[in-house]
Amino acid sequence: MIRINCPFCGVRDQTEFTYEGDATVDYPPLDASEEEWFDAVFLRDNPRGVHREYWRHTYGCGALLVVTRNTLTHEILDVKLAHPGMAKVVEGAS
Amino acid sequence: MSGYRLPSGGYVDRSKNVSFTWDQTRHIGHAGDTVASALMAHGERILGRSFKYHRPRGIMSAGVEESGAVVSLWSGPRRVANVKATTAEIVDGLEVFGQNAWPSVRRDFGAVNNMLGRFFGAGFYYKTFFGITGRGTWEWMQFEKVIRQAAGMGRASDQPDPDHYEIVHDHCDVLVVGSGPAGLSAVEAAADAGMDVILVEQDFELGGSILSGMTTEIEGKPAEEWRTSKISGLDGKGRIWTRTTAFGLYDHGVMGLLERVTDHLAKPGDLPRERMRIVRAQRIILATGAVERPFAFGNNDTPGVMLASAAATYVNRFAVAPGKRVVLGTNNDSAYHAAMTLAGVGIDTTILDSRELLPGAAAEAARAAGIHVRAGCVPIEAKGGRSVTAVEIGRHQGDKNIAEDRIECDIIGISGGWTPVMHLISHKGIRPAWSDDLSAFVVTDPGAEPVALAGAAAGHFTTDSAVKAGRAAGSDAAKAITGKRRTKLPAPVHGWEQPLEPLWEIRDPGRKLKSFIDPQHDVTCDDVRLAHKEGYVSVEHLKRYTTLGMATDQGKMGNVIGLALMAEASGKTIPETGTTTFRPPYTPVSIGAMAGDERGMHWRPTRHSPMREEHEKLGCKFVDAGFWKRSWYYPQGDEGLAEAAMREAIAVREHCGMVDVSTLGKIMVQGPDSSEFLNRVYSNAFAKLPVGKARYGLMLRDDGIVFDDGTTWRLSETDFFMTTTTANAGPVMLHLATLLQTRWPEMKVHITSVSDHWGGVAVAGPKARAVLDAVCPDIDFSDEAMPFMGVRQGHMSTDDGEIPVMTARLSFSGEQAWEVMAPADYCPAMFRALLPGIKEAGGIPYGLEAMDCLRVEKGHVTGRELDGRTTAADVGLGGMASQKKYYIGRVLAGRPDLVRADRPTLVGLIPTMPDARFKAGSILFPPGEEEGHGLGHVSSIADSPAMKAWIGLGFVSGGLAQWEGKTIVARNPIDDQNTEVKVVSPHMFDAKGERMHG
Repeated sequence: MIRINCPFCGVRDQTEFTYEGDATVDYPPLDASEEEWFDAVFLRDNPRGVHREYWRHTYGCGALLVVTRNTLTHEILDVKLAHPGMAKVVEGAS
Repeated sequence: MSGYRLPSGGYVDRSKNVSFTWDQTRHIGHAGDTVASALMAHGERILGRSFKYHRPRGIMSAGVEESGAVVSLWSGPRRVANVKATTAEIVDGLEVFGQNAWPSVRRDFGAVNNMLGRFFGAGFYYKTFFGITGRGTWEWMQFEKVIRQAAGMGRASDQPDPDHYEIVHDHCDVLVVGSGPAGLSAVEAAADAGMDVILVEQDFELGGSILSGMTTEIEGKPAEEWRTSKISGLDGKGRIWTRTTAFGLYDHGVMGLLERVTDHLAKPGDLPRERMRIVRAQRIILATGAVERPFAFGNNDTPGVMLASAAATYVNRFAVAPGKRVVLGTNNDSAYHAAMTLAGVGIDTTILDSRELLPGAAAEAARAAGIHVRAGCVPIEAKGGRSVTAVEIGRHQGDKNIAEDRIECDIIGISGGWTPVMHLISHKGIRPAWSDDLSAFVVTDPGAEPVALAGAAAGHFTTDSAVKAGRAAGSDAAKAITGKRRTKLPAPVHGWEQPLEPLWEIRDPGRKLKSFIDPQHDVTCDDVRLAHKEGYVSVEHLKRYTTLGMATDQGKMGNVIGLALMAEASGKTIPETGTTTFRPPYTPVSIGAMAGDERGMHWRPTRHSPMREEHEKLGCKFVDAGFWKRSWYYPQGDEGLAEAAMREAIAVREHCGMVDVSTLGKIMVQGPDSSEFLNRVYSNAFAKLPVGKARYGLMLRDDGIVFDDGTTWRLSETDFFMTTTTANAGPVMLHLATLLQTRWPEMKVHITSVSDHWGGVAVAGPKARAVLDAVCPDIDFSDEAMPFMGVRQGHMSTDDGEIPVMTARLSFSGEQAWEVMAPADYCPAMFRALLPGIKEAGGIPYGLEAMDCLRVEKGHVTGRELDGRTTAADVGLGGMASQKKYYIGRVLAGRPDLVRADRPTLVGLIPTMPDARFKAGSILFPPGEEEGHGLGHVSSIADSPAMKAWIGLGFVSGGLAQWEGKTIVARNPIDDQNTEVKVVSPHMFDAKGERMHG
């Protein structure tokens, strides 16, 4: 069980969060080509080491977080709010 | 008979007698006894039978590494199997049973396997029975049944567990595991530095190796005095939990603990039997000690053969002499401590030291105490069959050991060195390294983990070094937490006068000795060599092939010998061979403790409609739908489901009815960009939806498959009320939240789940309008004011006053219908306000079953059709998709396989024979070709009053274009039943929608 430092709620157990996938994927515009969409939806890296992931604080504030995590050691290097505007506000406040 | 109680000494309370039974014979022990010590005091020697050969097994250790004395406790629903007698406390009334034996462990007919033992090598069963005739697993499965009868462990109770369990969450600064000299020192140092500490000990007594008499003096004090002063010094400084096993170390300082709360109480009262504690510690100190390991020699599984330290533990801690004459075989200095303890209570003791060079001072002290010491000597074979009566000994000359003498004895104690207990740190993937100096695997660097090891667990084998290391680890943990400069922990120290001589197996050339490594699973030294010969060169394969270390002790005793023999067989060193991986739990954890309170009703939440009590008043039957209890049907008299649903469906079509739709997901979508947002997430156009109108919307996933459907009501320019299916209420909400937080953070849209805030009913049927008109004076339900898809907000007169409602003219049933939503607390009043009018009109409240029938008649889809595999076109809704805009899923929905002409698409199905019935899930075939995957499947069925037939919806390759009007076969291969059905439009009833619009 890993523990994640939610910017709103503090350090909480993994059981409060839901993994929501690869945060390094940039989804293309809605009218992008089939190839671009195929790549974004189906093709994933499976890195050994540092990775960026979405985690939702489902049983807390509900915010979607970008967690930078070492997939090998489970060390968490950074946690940010996924919404760039909100992240800026929270970081500015701290 | 061999063991007996000593007249004085020990940690048992002689003033407290405890009565228990052993295979139904009554015995008396003392408070502080384990099952093993109490039975040993009564001279019992055979406590178990081995897994495969049913060889007799006695007490081999005094702890969790026990591999011989494995028993069952209690009877009936509380029966617990595979309990180590060496760790189970006795309690008044306890029933102890031998296991894997018939009629008893002392007289076991299964032991016939033993005579055939030379045929039962490693992998014997698989080799012999697996595919004997080339038919593969079938043969194996037949033999397996017989083998499982003969082999095995204790039997679990098959009745529900009458006990309860709980899960508790804890936090602390420093968690110390183990209460020996290192652990007590560590916890004291951390507490003195102001840390919030927890000390856990798996035993019921604190003290670890001190209890075993392994040390006489600590820091200038008698060991026992040191122990009690440390314990009393901790009073009020932290939490101390005994009978608590740290079974698993997880990420970020999370430790799983299992506390045995009531097993030692004769009257447990209302306490939980076990408590799972999940502790989040900033720093963890593992002072878990070391376990002694044996070496293998002939018949070393005979009852009476035990670890040298265990023999001393029974004397020192339990005041039980294991026997009258003890021979200790050793390759290291530690057995001299054990010998002194044994000789101290008058036991005739002999040390066979495999080394020619004896530890001078220790040997001299031993001889002075009357102990016979023989240098360069080893035990070769235990004699006596059912229990030890003598040992054949010989000169140790490397690989040759020449028999030369025989000593009469009743106990053979073995010390082959010490193995640090590093299971917990291994759980984190930290691999131990072999130390030639200590002749053991040790972890010296826990990497980035917030964990330190101290004491024998880290190779600090002397009490002095363990105390120092413990104290250093305790104060260093405090420094790490308070951000002070860290200090390096001391290096391992063995403290031996003479180095240990690596020794794994005693061999006598020319003789075939039966030497066991894993006595519980009957794995011998020869099995390891056989496995190697057969190509099992990895230790992980060796383990699985021979089952070495897979018994209830998980290889705590024998693993290292197995590795060493494997290394030898393959001509490698031990570090090259490596170890197997330890995984949680360290010792078994009951399933009950993992579940805690989350059982029965507490397994998952139960959700009720706000109108639950109104339904109950009408005798409604409920059905589980996810977490929900949904209204299913309202039986009258002795009606069953089918009759009631049929009556309800007819009443809706002829008069009117009311169904609870509170379970629908409800989401408020608000803000200036809301209509653009909805336009992107729905496949059909939403940008131009006028205020006061609703629209049915189909939501796709990114990959183009249908995700969910529902209606969205535009309440104002910037406010939308979205409904989702019951099952997807959560997923749709999360999907929208993800889009707004990650893909389109610039959109000015706010979403709020209001599923629990609003409840609702659908009022449907030709007389629905009149019913609503009567109770909602400020809403005009006429076709002119409120055409199909119209939305209005207003009030309803109820016995709770004028309540606010919002309503949309929507229809799932195909009748004129309105969904009416009210704040959840007003819903019962709304239900009561509508019911009299509905009844007066000849209508009824109807349930999910009737609703399902009505929608199948209309060809409306639910989760049975939107099953995560179908596209909009597959379910006949392809035409709804807008071609003028891009939306989620549009691009990938155009992939070649998703637009293939032969995809199975939605059709209606009506049997050709009037009374024929068929089942959902049936496979559809062209007539005469009822094999293979067919054309598609039946997704929903209904006993339709409107069609006066059993009807269905299904998917057929080629769809209506190819099959309309033709007859195909619905095949149910489970019941071997074929039904001829005609393919029709899915809109089977009122295809033009005249009833709904009119």
